[in-house]
Amino acid sequence: MVGAVVVFAFFAIQSPVFRSARGVANWLDPASTLGIMAVAVALLMIGGHFDLSAGVMTGTTALTVGVVAVEFHQNLWVAIGVALLIALAVGFFNGWLVTRTGLPSFIITLGTFLMLEGLNVGLTKFFTDTVSVGGIDDVPGYASAEWVFASRLSVGGTEFRVAILWWLLFTALATWVLLRTRFGNWVFATGGDDVAARNVGVPARRTTITLFMTTATAAWFVGTTLAVRLTSVQANTGVGQELIYIVAAVIGGCLLTGGFGSAIGASLGALIFGMTQLGIPYLHWDADWFYFFLGAMLLLAVLSNRLVRRYAEAARR
Amino acid sequence: MSAPGGPALLELRDVGKDYGTVVALDGITTTVRAGEVTCVLGDNGAGKSTLIKILAGVHRPDRGEVLLDGASVSFAAPREALDAGIATVYQDLAMIPLMAIWRNFFLGAEPTRGWGPFRRFDAGQARKTTRRALAEMGIDIRDPDQPVGTLSGGERQSVAIARAVHFGARVLILDEPTSALGVKQAGVVLRYVAAARDRGVGVVLITHNPHHAYPVGDRFLVLNRGRSLGSFAKTDVSRDELTRLMAGGAELDQLAHELERPTP
Repeated sequence: MVGAVVVFAFFAIQSPVFRSARGVANWLDPASTLGIMAVAVALLMIGGHFDLSAGVMTGTTALTVGVVAVEFHQNLWVAIGVALLIALAVGFFNGWLVTRTGLPSFIITLGTFLMLEGLNVGLTKFFTDTVSVGGIDDVPGYASAEWVFASRLSVGGTEFRVAILWWLLFTALATWVLLRTRFGNWVFATGGDDVAARNVGVPARRTTITLFMTTATAAWFVGTTLAVRLTSVQANTGVGQELIYIVAAVIGGCLLTGGFGSAIGASLGALIFGMTQLGIPYLHWDADWFYFFLGAMLLLAVLSNRLVRRYAEAARR
Repeated sequence: MSAPGGPALLELRDVGKDYGTVVALDGITTTVRAGEVTCVLGDNGAGKSTLIKILAGVHRPDRGEVLLDGASVSFAAPREALDAGIATVYQDLAMIPLMAIWRNFFLGAEPTRGWGPFRRFDAGQARKTTRRALAEMGIDIRDPDQPVGTLSGGERQSVAIARAVHFGARVLILDEPTSALGVKQAGVVLRYVAAARDRGVGVVLITHNPHHAYPVGDRFLVLNRGRSLGSFAKTDVSRDELTRLMAGGAELDQLAHELERPTP
């Protein structure tokens, strides 16, 4: 929270564009799609797991939407539904494999990440003979899909993308689930100590699988947004983003070891990311500084998280 | 103090358990009554853990019978034992250090409010109930929102005991609750063991420390290498005899074991 304010102040003081309404709408946009993912990834991290396939999953779903709609001549909503089913299946597969084998989710999702990356390129080439699929806006159902996923809302004369609204909604929903439902309690418990959780009757396995399916669903939502917004999708979409999601969640206070964190924190992490990404060009700095800045934020966040953990375990004897 | 000597809540009759060809437990007979503390004493490897696992429903006995309220029972899973009112507080406590006390207290049994998709964890109720349940056991918690990790070992044991009692345990099995604690902390925990007893719970206290067991116990079962060295009422045994039994019994057994060796 403090970090977000400092970053905002830093850029806002030096760049009038950054603090204008148009500027705000601009940097909220990357923050929103990232934020939706970061919130889901944060839930999973609180539950004690990573999902490296989350980034490439946005590409897989976006490509599925494109291929099913354009190459198979289906209504866009049918394509979106198919993409959701695929996302849920992959999410279930990840969760099932992790709970079944007890292997680190890092390795298992690294496997699905690489498999999906290969499938994305291979199948896109197979269906379209190129490495992208386009023409999504010519498909029936586009108008209504655009309204849901990619419309713009005018607030005080400035246009904001609807993804921002979805982001706020998902953050609120995730916060409510975490803090005010049984499932939320189970997420903290499973991430904190899954053996202890199981001893008192928490369905730890089901919780983990549900969390993996949640990140996959978030990836589906973001992937669909990308497909509908850009109307054409590159086969390498989303690759490399998975680490950014984790960075946002960690900046937002999630412990890498699980059991602690918040959805709002992850959203603020995404916000810092969005502000930095657009703030640096606004200051006419070299864009390379962006990654330096991001790395510094990450280190700072991890160091302060360590203090949290120390506090919680201070009285342990 | 509730009057001891009521009907047996839980009864073991000649219970035995083998792991492969190893006899882990044999011929164990004892009773647990409501409002009484039955102490299971024994050195490492005496079969205390195996006995807990049988009572908690993790293992089934290979020989003998477990009777609950006079009827023979056989638990297939820990959940069944729990549903029958037998709660076990393990050494590792089954608590999550980073979570608040009230969240831990209701973990796996969260009270809910509302309907359908709006069914939610009744946090206000949970906080209040936690505070009240702890207060009833005489445990003073500054703030139910503090993480369990900030509690001392003795406080954590106490919260775990209060949790088991709150969720209707009739038989409470405590696995070495004082072993990792200092003298003062151990005293605190023993006080809550007595509080649970006074509320009519049948307590099974497993320990290797006769000094902890004697003041709070009503009945003592001494184990050695999987066999019972006797089940005594408090009136039949003094603290010194109990200590000697644990130490001397082990030595005698070892001696007998050595003398047996030459014969095939």
